[in-house]
Amino acid sequence: MFTEFFYYLRNFGVPVSINEWQSLMEALEMDMAGSSLTGFYFLCRALLVKTEAHYDRFDLAFANYLGDLESPEGLPDKIWEWLNKELPPQEVSEAMRNNHQQLDIEEMKKMLEERLGEQNEEHHGGNRWVGTGGTSPFGHSGYHPGGIRIGGNTRNLSAVKVAGMRRFQEFRTDETLGVRQFQLALRKLRQFTTRLDGAKEEVDVDATIDKTCQNAGRLELVWERPRVNSMKVLLLMDAGGSMLSYSRLCNQLFTAVNKSNHFKDLKIFYFHNCIYDRLYHDPSCSGNDYTDTEYILRTCDSDYRVIIVGDASMGPAELMRAGGIIDWYLHNEQPGIDWLERIRHHFEYSIWLNPVPAKYWEWVEGAYTIKTIGQVFPMEELTVEGLERGIAKLKSRTAVGEGSKVAKR
Amino acid sequence: MAQNMTQYQGSSNYIVSDELRNSVNIAIALGKPLLIKGEPGTGKTMLALSIAEALQKRILIWNIKSTTKAQEGLYIYDTVQRLYDSQFKDHDVADIKQYIRTGKMGEAFQSSDQVVLLIDEIDKADLEFPNDLLWELDQMSYYIPETKETITAISRPIVIVTSNAEKELPDAFLRRCIFHYIAFPDAEEMNKIIKVHHPDLDKRLLEQAMETFYMLRNIPNMQKKPSTSELIDWLQALVVGGISPNKIKQDLPFLGVLLKKNEDLDILLNQVHNKTQTKAQSRSYWNR
Repeated sequence: MFTEFFYYLRNFGVPVSINEWQSLMEALEMDMAGSSLTGFYFLCRALLVKTEAHYDRFDLAFANYLGDLESPEGLPDKIWEWLNKELPPQEVSEAMRNNHQQLDIEEMKKMLEERLGEQNEEHHGGNRWVGTGGTSPFGHSGYHPGGIRIGGNTRNLSAVKVAGMRRFQEFRTDETLGVRQFQLALRKLRQFTTRLDGAKEEVDVDATIDKTCQNAGRLELVWERPRVNSMKVLLLMDAGGSMLSYSRLCNQLFTAVNKSNHFKDLKIFYFHNCIYDRLYHDPSCSGNDYTDTEYILRTCDSDYRVIIVGDASMGPAELMRAGGIIDWYLHNEQPGIDWLERIRHHFEYSIWLNPVPAKYWEWVEGAYTIKTIGQVFPMEELTVEGLERGIAKLKSRTAVGEGSKVAKR
Repeated sequence: MAQNMTQYQGSSNYIVSDELRNSVNIAIALGKPLLIKGEPGTGKTMLALSIAEALQKRILIWNIKSTTKAQEGLYIYDTVQRLYDSQFKDHDVADIKQYIRTGKMGEAFQSSDQVVLLIDEIDKADLEFPNDLLWELDQMSYYIPETKETITAISRPIVIVTSNAEKELPDAFLRRCIFHYIAFPDAEEMNKIIKVHHPDLDKRLLEQAMETFYMLRNIPNMQKKPSTSELIDWLQALVVGGISPNKIKQDLPFLGVLLKKNEDLDILLNQVHNKTQTKAQSRSYWNR
């Protein structure tokens, strides 16, 4: 039953599995859909769609699948039927009649019929078409005194129409990368140790047996500290204008890093295009809300893992010259490249993640600076695979030798 | 099977949309967990309480924290107590059963009547947490190696899982759930919800407050949009504070109840400032 719909959904990018489909069949046998199209719509959605990001795709697939089934005359018929029911005369009050020149119902029906004939897509807002919002006499959630409300709370509405409204469009995300995948990759960044302070809350079985034996069989419990991750992370993110187009991707990484509560310490700073003597506390990179880079180099141990996220694309002067800083009211004594090299040398492990896909690095606008920075830091593209490769480099010492060798040339 | 099915219809203090009610009934009928997602403050937790009340069932709430382990929901084997007891002879240490402490989920399985089990904020837990519960939620049974016992649910509990989408949940877990996203209520639904909480509110006050509320929600780039529960609190504050309805839009009193982030407050003030630049000059707090 409806097997074609299964493939419709998959074609529209809703990942439906056989298990879920079988649950749907089971539910249909139990008559959970209540023999109505609307019931069927909600039943399918509850069972087959598992994230609000896919609601829109589901709506599209549903409308497409059933759009083929329903005859084109069917829809206006339904609306006719419902028009007669849902617009009782008392709804158009005297006051409204006086305030607004009122179309009479016959005229309106005629207009609606014409509109439906002309209209071939959904409309929201505006004052003419059938849709949501706006001041058209037809549709719902809008304002037109005595107009015809279509959709909204009514249950006589065809499910195709509900699907056609695509209320969940804004939740749509066409990303293959998810926060979860980033998080899983970040999990690999750990180094367990028990030599930290903290409450001893796990029973050390071996030590307990030893102690108890020594105690002539009187129980003596020995506790130990649970193993914890000793990884400390310093995340530096470029918040410059050229990063805007990657903000979504960077946000995901940021969320993933932020949610990873397995780090012993996590420090996050922002910079604008290149790192100079100041690292900012918030992405706007302005004002006095900063920490001196010098201070960070002094206070952070060299075992902090440094992850720099940036497109590394800037004017060559911004990177190579003193005073090259992009903000006109600031001045840098040391060129950006010096700061980058100092960071690279101070911290044992560091990587640069670039949201620009690696295949464009050679010919994108900032190709020169990408290449130069790539000689200082091991650079990976900001994808799940790139992050995984980068994390491998954050764990192995060989990467350091390799990186600084290139940098010193 | 379909005949003796319990049907949830909503309860007196909780407004439920048709879609959500359908989803709840599907979940109950199929015996699958219902995963509820939605903005904070859209009543996810309230739903479980409402189901329990409407169907007159006991509710068990398992609050998930970042340190919660899946095992804890089933049972905890208190080794230490047993070892201590072995020193003295007042307990029969051979009886392991007395050292098995049942968790919330285990309790739900063992209850002779059907209960509502709320697993609240599952996304707070460790990434692997949902995966560790797959079998138990699917089969509604678990095995205790210490006592060589298998606990099987006497009657499958109605399981409601809520998530704030702080973490993505694994696909394998999602496949076993019925999913429902609570969309933010539109003005009409919101009116109904408010009626439940503030039955006799001044009409004009409500109108003005609602307009302001939706205006705030529509400001782009808000980090934490005000939600239903905040609106309800705000209305309470407006009533208690005796604010005149005419002043709500102008003065935006008790903004702290609605907006919880400094950044959001700044965004709002900027916006208002831009719109009414000439008028606003006299107001000291707008001249930042």
